[in-house]
Amino acid sequence: MPSKTFGEKVLSRASGSDARSGDIVTAKVDLAMSHENTALVLKAFKEMGAKRILEPEKLVILFDHRVPAPTVKAAEAHKQVREFVGQMEIPQFYDAGEGVCHEVLPSKGHVLPGMLAVGTDSHTVTYGALGAFATGIGATEMAAVWALGELWLRIPETIRLVFKGPLPRWTSAKDVILHVIGNIGSDGADYACVEFTGDVVDRLSVAGRMVLSNMSVEMGAKAGVCFPDAKTEEYLSTRTQRSWRPVLSDEGAKVKETRNYELSDLAPQVARPHTVDNVVAVDKVVGIKIDQALIGSCTNGRLEDLLVAEEILHGNRVPRNVRLIIAPASRDVYVEASANGTLASLMRSGAIILNPGCGPCLGAHEGLLAAGERCIATTNRNFRGRMGSPDSEIYLASPATVAASALKGEIADPREATR
Amino acid sequence: MIKGKVWKFGDHINTDLIIPGHYLDDYSIENLAKHVMEDADPTFAKNVRKGDLIVAGRNFGCGSSREQAPSALKAAGVAAVVAASFARIFYRNAINVGLPVIVCPEAAAAVVQGEEIEIDLERGTIWASSGKELRFKPLPAFLRDILDAGGLVPYARKRLVSR
Repeated sequence: MPSKTFGEKVLSRASGSDARSGDIVTAKVDLAMSHENTALVLKAFKEMGAKRILEPEKLVILFDHRVPAPTVKAAEAHKQVREFVGQMEIPQFYDAGEGVCHEVLPSKGHVLPGMLAVGTDSHTVTYGALGAFATGIGATEMAAVWALGELWLRIPETIRLVFKGPLPRWTSAKDVILHVIGNIGSDGADYACVEFTGDVVDRLSVAGRMVLSNMSVEMGAKAGVCFPDAKTEEYLSTRTQRSWRPVLSDEGAKVKETRNYELSDLAPQVARPHTVDNVVAVDKVVGIKIDQALIGSCTNGRLEDLLVAEEILHGNRVPRNVRLIIAPASRDVYVEASANGTLASLMRSGAIILNPGCGPCLGAHEGLLAAGERCIATTNRNFRGRMGSPDSEIYLASPATVAASALKGEIADPREATR
Repeated sequence: MIKGKVWKFGDHINTDLIIPGHYLDDYSIENLAKHVMEDADPTFAKNVRKGDLIVAGRNFGCGSSREQAPSALKAAGVAAVVAASFARIFYRNAINVGLPVIVCPEAAAAVVQGEEIEIDLERGTIWASSGKELRFKPLPAFLRDILDAGGLVPYARKRLVSR
């Protein structure tokens, strides 16, 4: 057998063919996720004249973007989807409050290595952290997946990234991925499958790997994968009974490009407005005043993110003119951070703790920005107007950098804050 | 053949610029069309006419998977988007909602705002008003079939009926 990349292997298996990068195949999906935009999916589904969902057990539906409903329109869309889920007897449904899809699906054991997963959300790529081939699609396409169980895909080229470390103290997966996006550009990995490799990836927790995979879409990637290892096995062992086998790229498989990054002296990184690839080391932006600091999202709302924020803020209060907003990524994260005292400590530091959800990241609700305001966030996009007024600004950084900045009321270096 | 007046946009026109997330609790595409491109050009939604075309730079439609981005452009009257490159989800979504998308890296430099151009999807040709001819690679046949059917909804309806 000639050697193949991870992407070629998963999509060959899913399409029942011997596929190579550049080929277009029709592939059967193993997992199909949709959130609030399920309202659009079911509209298209009905318009297609579809009567039944081919494999309802492959669907996971949940609400996370607008929870609890901030408007009557959002409430009506929730209600419509809830009723549909009941009628169609879709077994895997999480109502408002369970958390952000890209934390809930992995943590509830829905994602397995080697799967072909699609979701009506661009950050579906997050599931690559467990070794799945996962990618975002639109609502109408999801309706076709519900009805037909398959979709067309072009087999992507592979870009392999090799990260050599170890990472310095107070830098994290977020600094790595921001650095890489700054280097490659926001369309530098367009249509490609990105493989994250090297000792830095080996040392990262599964949560840290999710940060890398999550933001691979911010350089245009179709999928971003971290290959399964003992940590993956341990993560999955308590979450699923289903068996799985890792799918790896063969040695000698043809990749489009390999890039090596020496990261042992990486400084904390910040993406400036209004594009994710506008990245500099934190010292270039220290001192810029902020109005809001946001820790949360499918990128950085996990337990280890809240712990590092608490470590920096511990016992200190943020200035009165700064709103520190924290949105744990899921109910489980919330419960754990609550039980171990992290949330209480953050509250004492002046934080506003939101219910688990996406809310402010996409400017849906719970923390929009006025004209002239500036936010530093652990989220994944800093596009103009994303969090509210088109005349506001978003800076992206790690939980450590955001916490240090909240404490000073201006963009700050977490290495200084902890001295 | 598509013939229309050009609206020019730059590189990296993202989905938040095309349709901001805070409007998306509204599931009426006609309502969303009133805000399309609002944060990129506040005059666009008011002045765009049926049959107008967008010509843009690199990475058009980067960001979210929100299908409302191409749907709102289509509902506002946009007949096709020509760009140097597209982000992949926007590209798929556009075809799925029946909005023609054309990859032509030379177009942005060759045409100006307000100019009338002609596009032949089948032959892969754009004619600028000067008569200058630009070439692009036509869509693969199966994607043309989806577009010609009017999008993935009518296309899938046919497939479901034939099952």
